[in-house]
Amino acid sequence: MLVHSRKGKWATWALFFVLFLPLFALPLLVIVAASFAGHWSGAFPSGFTGEHYSAATRGESLQALTTSLLTALGASVIALAAGTWAALAAAALKGRGSGTSRLSRLCGRTLDTLFMLPVAVPSVVVGLAVLVAFSKPPMILNGTSTIVVLAHALLVTAFAYQSVAAAIVRLDPAYEQAAASLGARPAYVLWRVKLPLLLPSLTAAAGLCFALSMGELSATMMLYPPDWTPLPVRIYAATDRGATFTGAALAVVLMTATLLVLFAVSRIRTKASYR
Amino acid sequence: MSGGIRFDSVSVAYGKQVVLDSLDLTVEQGEVMALLGPSGSGKTTALRAVAGFVRPASGRVFIGDRDVTALPPHRRGIGMVVQQYALFPHMRVEDNVAFGLKAQKAARAEIPGRVADALEMTGMASYAKRYPRELSGGQQQRVAIARALAIRPGVLLLDEPLSALDAQLRSGMLAELARLHRELPDVSILYVTHDQVEALTLADRIAVMDKARLQDCGTPQELYRRPRNEFTASFVGNANLLPVSVGVGSVSLGGAELKVDTGEVAPGVTATLCVRPHLVGLGPGPNSLSGTVTEVQWRGATHRVFADVGGHSVKADLRELREPPALGSDVTLHFAPEDAVLLAAGVTDG
Repeated sequence: MLVHSRKGKWATWALFFVLFLPLFALPLLVIVAASFAGHWSGAFPSGFTGEHYSAATRGESLQALTTSLLTALGASVIALAAGTWAALAAAALKGRGSGTSRLSRLCGRTLDTLFMLPVAVPSVVVGLAVLVAFSKPPMILNGTSTIVVLAHALLVTAFAYQSVAAAIVRLDPAYEQAAASLGARPAYVLWRVKLPLLLPSLTAAAGLCFALSMGELSATMMLYPPDWTPLPVRIYAATDRGATFTGAALAVVLMTATLLVLFAVSRIRTKASYR
Repeated sequence: MSGGIRFDSVSVAYGKQVVLDSLDLTVEQGEVMALLGPSGSGKTTALRAVAGFVRPASGRVFIGDRDVTALPPHRRGIGMVVQQYALFPHMRVEDNVAFGLKAQKAARAEIPGRVADALEMTGMASYAKRYPRELSGGQQQRVAIARALAIRPGVLLLDEPLSALDAQLRSGMLAELARLHRELPDVSILYVTHDQVEALTLADRIAVMDKARLQDCGTPQELYRRPRNEFTASFVGNANLLPVSVGVGSVSLGGAELKVDTGEVAPGVTATLCVRPHLVGLGPGPNSLSGTVTEVQWRGATHRVFADVGGHSVKADLRELREPPALGSDVTLHFAPEDAVLLAAGVTDG
């Protein structure tokens, strides 16, 4: 910490507790408290029970969790593959130094903009767009699980693209050149040198995509078929019909599942970082 | 394997900025050619043109008899070592060295032997299982050289390979490189450096570069004893460069007549006289210069005396003096006529 005096340190901690804890930690604590509550009429919940959890981890709720996990997994894999591919292509088009034409640099920048678009466009709009686009021949995906995964992939690819693109810029071109000078074809260089060196960023991107997809609601609402209900939709439905405590329990399950996956991914990251 | 590198009026430009201006240079098979110059002189660009990382705007590059100008880097058959080594951090030393062999699909049974040979040659055999991050800078450099040699290239490109090492390691690695070259007499080496000591020590010939152009090329002895222009004189070794007016068989420096070989320089013009500091003696002699001492530096084995001679600074490296001259005192320096080189003015400006 950059604050050295004892007083300054206390002041900084106090500020942290007053400003940041209520903002970031308290809402989550409230959810956890509510998920155990039998009723909540005063300032604090009362009548603690584990009933909501037994409901939240059974039957349709359990199925919703599985649906969410599968959707997030599918969307992350697609997003990572597409995002990485596009980021590599954009980096190659933009090039370094001489030998890249103005046209190819323009194409690279266009790719950048294109993949940024889903970040700028509200997800409701993306959901509607996907719904309209795939509800008529030749591609009818309306009412399938595929359309949900597709919409999620579309939404999170932008983040995968951005984080991989940033990592590619930081990657020292000397590695690629050393590999090429040793007689390695570009595909071999990509597979054996570039992707392994990008692995920490790729896993970070995967984690980000997974977390975003797990929490996605607005586009999902427009698209989900009855047999493919992700957990956020169920949480919304529960609170909508007044079952706040059940919703809270479902939310804690969602949060825990996401955190567990992120934790697993971060373990891979630690192993994958070399320096 | 036919070696050698030939630049045939190679020019490279980034946008409108010319960074290499029609370079003509031939490196014979088995020769060590140093490209020596300050940063921005175009020496690294020349090396990168051989490696295939920059595309010449005009001219051709040949490796052996092959025109490689349009070939991608991985089809050129070169070994390359760069300043920052660029060892693959996710591979063990042995996998780094085996990388080129695997990429070129060498016979699988042959790879371990060739990796071991390359590591043996650079003295890194006992580090095969380590990761690059577990090695010191000098060790990483050896691995980088082993990796480049494992593919048995006809041409080895070294881009400032020692500049990231400290001075002591550097002189050790210089000796190593010289030994490696004796063991691999057929490999042509293009050695880019800004360090004249490295170039003088290692190279069979030195190509001096400045401002995107080749300024001079010759053996280290030729360049040191008979530089062709002021830039070479000052960049290869130390030099006193004195403006003189040329007479017949002599030159005049601020009125003082100095006997030197005027060669082909026409009488009556202004030229530059180059005298190496260690060839300047204290006291009167055949060509005497009288001046005032402005600075005396003790350097252990030698004293470097700076004197003001008619407005020009002259330095002399003298074997350690018992009684060095005092600052501000009058001093007489001399040099032998055969130790001076007359440089016609204007040849440096291309």
